[in-house]
Amino acid sequence: MRLDLLSALNEARARRQAAILVTDLQDGSQRLVQAATLSADDPLYPELEKRFRSGASGQVEAPDGRAAFLTVSVPSPRLVIIGAVHISQALLPMAEIAGFDVTVIDPRTAFASEERFPPRVLRAEWPDEVLARTPLDAYTALAAVTHDPKIDDMPLIAALQAGCFYVGALGSRKTHGKRAERLMAAGLTEADVARIRAPIGLSIGASSPAEIAVAVLAEVIGALRQSNLPTPGGAR
Amino acid sequence: MQPGTQSGSAPHHLDVLAVAERWVQSGRKAAIATVVETWGSAPRPVGSHLVIDSEGNFEGSVSGGCVEGSVVSEALDAITSGRATMLEFGVADETAWRVGLSCGGRIRVYVEPVTDAA
Repeated sequence: MRLDLLSALNEARARRQAAILVTDLQDGSQRLVQAATLSADDPLYPELEKRFRSGASGQVEAPDGRAAFLTVSVPSPRLVIIGAVHISQALLPMAEIAGFDVTVIDPRTAFASEERFPPRVLRAEWPDEVLARTPLDAYTALAAVTHDPKIDDMPLIAALQAGCFYVGALGSRKTHGKRAERLMAAGLTEADVARIRAPIGLSIGASSPAEIAVAVLAEVIGALRQSNLPTPGGAR
Repeated sequence: MQPGTQSGSAPHHLDVLAVAERWVQSGRKAAIATVVETWGSAPRPVGSHLVIDSEGNFEGSVSGGCVEGSVVSEALDAITSGRATMLEFGVADETAWRVGLSCGGRIRVYVEPVTDAA
């Protein structure tokens, strides 16, 4: 692999831009195709277009019969955590190891301190301010773990409206019952509210913050891999 | 890219292609192995990478550990020769007596040196 192509591929990945490295398996020659500049004149056009959507690497045969390998790099799935709480301190490193691009949002500066969270992931602002700049999408999971309706409710509504592949909220069944009433009063349907995973996390009897983080991450991965979404890239 | 500044997902030390770039830019010679085809119950999906340097250090995986040793030795040859090579592992392969996939699957692995054209 040429170093310049390797660098360009890594740079595209770091910028959350989709790219495909095309390797001719006969002579080893390579080129990099960026999604943003994909041309319909490309000899592999329909296949490249399909791969940008599926995110799957694989071998293809060019029209001239030569075999090529496509190393497909699409943006990683994101996890937005509402609440810079103890659970989030455990969830952040676990989710990053699993390949998620993580953001932690909490307007309470006592929680959202740089002592507790690295600045690259931390947004010590109200969720509506952060989500206005970086909107939620179908490749994003949202976990609301503050317990505080003033902070959690708005991003939960935004996540359901944006079609996030996972929406989870911390709180007992009773807390969630009250939350469901509030969200429906705010205009969501019963079907919308039923998409919220609550109590949050797989039922594994998790007790400590770190165990709850494991349960939440497992539930997020289940939603990602068992959905019909195109598969975003994770750790390779 | 430095650790902590990258906006991508996997931590820097686990993103195999980022490791490959860092190694080569710091003067190490390296090869990248990529799973290009799988049959049956292969442990790692198509597109998985292993990066190897000329000292035999490696990061990533192309199987569950079953064939990495063999891929590393082929990668050392690729670094020396400057040429890419295709490897196949599995129960049906003649190398099965030496290394193979205990899960019964078969995989093809493309091994290529990282070359600095500049």
